[in-house]
Amino acid sequence: MLKYQSQAVAKPYFIAAIGLFVAQILFGLIMGLQYVMGDFLFPEIPFNIARMVHTNLLIVWLLFGFMGASYFLVPEESERELHSPKLALALFWIFLVAGALTIVGYLAVPYATLAEITGNDLLPTMGREFLEQPTITKIGIVIVVLGFIYNIGMTILSGRKTVVSVVLLTGLVGLAVFFLFAFYNPTNLVLDKYFWWWVVHLWVEGVWELILGAILAFVLIKVTGVDREIIEKWLYVIIAMTLITGVIGTGHHYYFIGTPEYWLWVGSVFSALEPIPFFMMTLFAFSMVNRRRKDHPNQAAVLWALGTAVTAFLGAGVWGFMHTLAPVNYYTHGTQLTAAHGHLAFYGAYVLIVLTIISYAMPLLRNQGEAAPAKAQNLEKLSFWLMTISMVVITLLLTGAGIMQIMTQRMAEEPMSFMAVQDSLATFYWLRVIAGLVFLVGLFTYIASFFAKDKAAPMATK
Amino acid sequence: MSEPFTKSMARNIFIGGGLFSFLLFVGLTVDTMERLPERDNRQNITPEVALGKKVWEDNNCVGCHTILGEGAYFAPELGNVYQRLGHSTEAIKVMIKSRPVEGVPGRRSMPQFNLTEEELEGIAQFLKWTSEINTNNWPPNIQG
Ligand code: HEC
Ligand code: HEM
Ligand code: HEM
Ligand SMILES: [Fe+2]
Repeated sequence: MLKYQSQAVAKPYFIAAIGLFVAQILFGLIMGLQYVMGDFLFPEIPFNIARMVHTNLLIVWLLFGFMGASYFLVPEESERELHSPKLALALFWIFLVAGALTIVGYLAVPYATLAEITGNDLLPTMGREFLEQPTITKIGIVIVVLGFIYNIGMTILSGRKTVVSVVLLTGLVGLAVFFLFAFYNPTNLVLDKYFWWWVVHLWVEGVWELILGAILAFVLIKVTGVDREIIEKWLYVIIAMTLITGVIGTGHHYYFIGTPEYWLWVGSVFSALEPIPFFMMTLFAFSMVNRRRKDHPNQAAVLWALGTAVTAFLGAGVWGFMHTLAPVNYYTHGTQLTAAHGHLAFYGAYVLIVLTIISYAMPLLRNQGEAAPAKAQNLEKLSFWLMTISMVVITLLLTGAGIMQIMTQRMAEEPMSFMAVQDSLATFYWLRVIAGLVFLVGLFTYIASFFAKDKAAPMATK
Repeated sequence: MSEPFTKSMARNIFIGGGLFSFLLFVGLTVDTMERLPERDNRQNITPEVALGKKVWEDNNCVGCHTILGEGAYFAPELGNVYQRLGHSTEAIKVMIKSRPVEGVPGRRSMPQFNLTEEELEGIAQFLKWTSEINTNNWPPNIQG
């Protein structure tokens, strides 16, 4: 049972998130094939188009997930109904339609045509990695996010203020503020790159970690029954470390783009400390589960939560540290090693936290009681392992490919050309396609879990 | 039980540490902005270079290539392509112009963008300008 009726608006957000997730993975597989069959779907879907669909869908569905998470947990934390469920629903449809139109635009017309018809000449913001959206879509995103923050903010400010909800709100406001740098696109490429990272790095290694921490803390409070005071203290320490290491840690992107030399050591020192908050998150999750005061019936949600903490530490902490020191990054910068890290970090931290809150919330949203039926939970757990293991395998393969690339193209006495090196890595890329297919199977298993029922008596209790 | 380390201490570390970090970061940014002109070769940003960056973005070249190590990892690094193609803007233009519409069978393909002569010149000048930014000696060698 839902404690507050308006929490129900989270449901369409979660469903849309899962739908877009499927599409994201399909485009990942298309690119995986293009890596080894260069002319696959060419010229209908060139690689760059598949890539922007893949990454933009990722970001959009994660945003749907964050919004759904907020609509679900903020009423409960604030002990009141949402300020305006109607606004939440209206923004849902606006965001979904705008997002769908943008993806259709990517696929239907050449990118240059899209830029022209959407008025990129008036305020050029397009054509930069992750920020490929037409300027009007970006404006749409700002409007949706502001409406969302207003709704969440009003609810929090007029209700009970908890550390979880205030940290979440801080993260969301930060998300909105740093996105504004997407509109700053100077002609000078060095300046452009410098502030581009204020969106990308300060999101994933800054304010998004606040959102991640808040959602994780919420779920841990619910499934372990550990005293809120303890969990909130952990949360503060973790996000303090996030900002102290991560903000100046942005410097690990300022080594080789034309910025002054002192960034080589400033970036190295601070970003080398960035794994600390991720490591603490792992300790946090495990020690809360060990100190649990009850065994919550939703054991799938516990698995997702622990999985988030561990995989985020691996992807962001370990794989991030691997290439973050300037002398190492000199050789690894912009290789398959970067892609390896990008995948495991995004998956471990942000994909998994969204799936964690969905796992916790969906049974309540679907009137199944505190937990889904046992069979459904088993499928969910299976899907966790299928997706997580295949993503780790993808990461290891790309790491192998990256190391080979660095040795033959960057460090060799007689360096080979980029294209020749890529040809020599085909085996890694074929195996990546296979691991990607396993990931897709995992994703379908996950979806199937929502339709699984126990054969015997229904589980719905409370 | 009296706790030596309280929640409000944790909160203060978060607020104080966060604010301090942002201020320091802004300070470093101001300093960087002052030093950039010596390194980023901005005196050579001609209208052609500016047009070139626009063409670069309008065609999403960064969706396949890296430039100064950032972008996609599907196609060659272009920050130093001016040097790789023999310090020749002409070679860059020929390369872009000559891409077959249907791609190269079995090989990773680059689209035919049908750029005008002016746009081609812009792109080539933009890549030449980029190659002259002081990047602390990156990339390690000519292959990018
Ligand atoms: C769909 C992917 C894709 C897009 C988009 C793309 N390229 Fe390429 N580009 C390639 C590939 C693949 C190669 C290597 C071709 C080969 O060796 O056969 C290449 C090669 C090049 C080269 C020669 C590099 C070298 O070292 O020899 C230049 C210059 C270049 N591209 C410029 C551009 C510009 C400018 C744009 C945007 C207008 C662009 N590319 C967009 C895929 C792409
Ligand atoms: C959840 C957190 C994180 C996510 C989602 C993430 C994601 C990414 C992505 C997608 C990129 C590629 C950006 C591009 O396309 O140019 C990247 C680059 C990078 N990340 Fe992370 N990251 C995270 C945390 C970290 C941490 C904690 C570290 C350091 C300890 C780190 C170090 C780096 C470095 C050094 C690069 C640059 C790679 C290069 O030079 O090519 N990241 N990250
Ligand atoms: C939840 C799962 C996934 C996440 C979170 C994810 C995330 C990302 C991100 C962040 C990038 C940009 C990488 C960067 O700039 O470093 C990317 C690119 C890419 N992804 Fe994924 N991805 C996922 C699944 C997949 C799968 C299953 C495949 C294929 C089998 C795949 C194939 C690719 C390819 C080929 C690229 C382009 C790399 C390049 O630029 O050359 N992804 N993905
Ligand atoms: Fe970063």
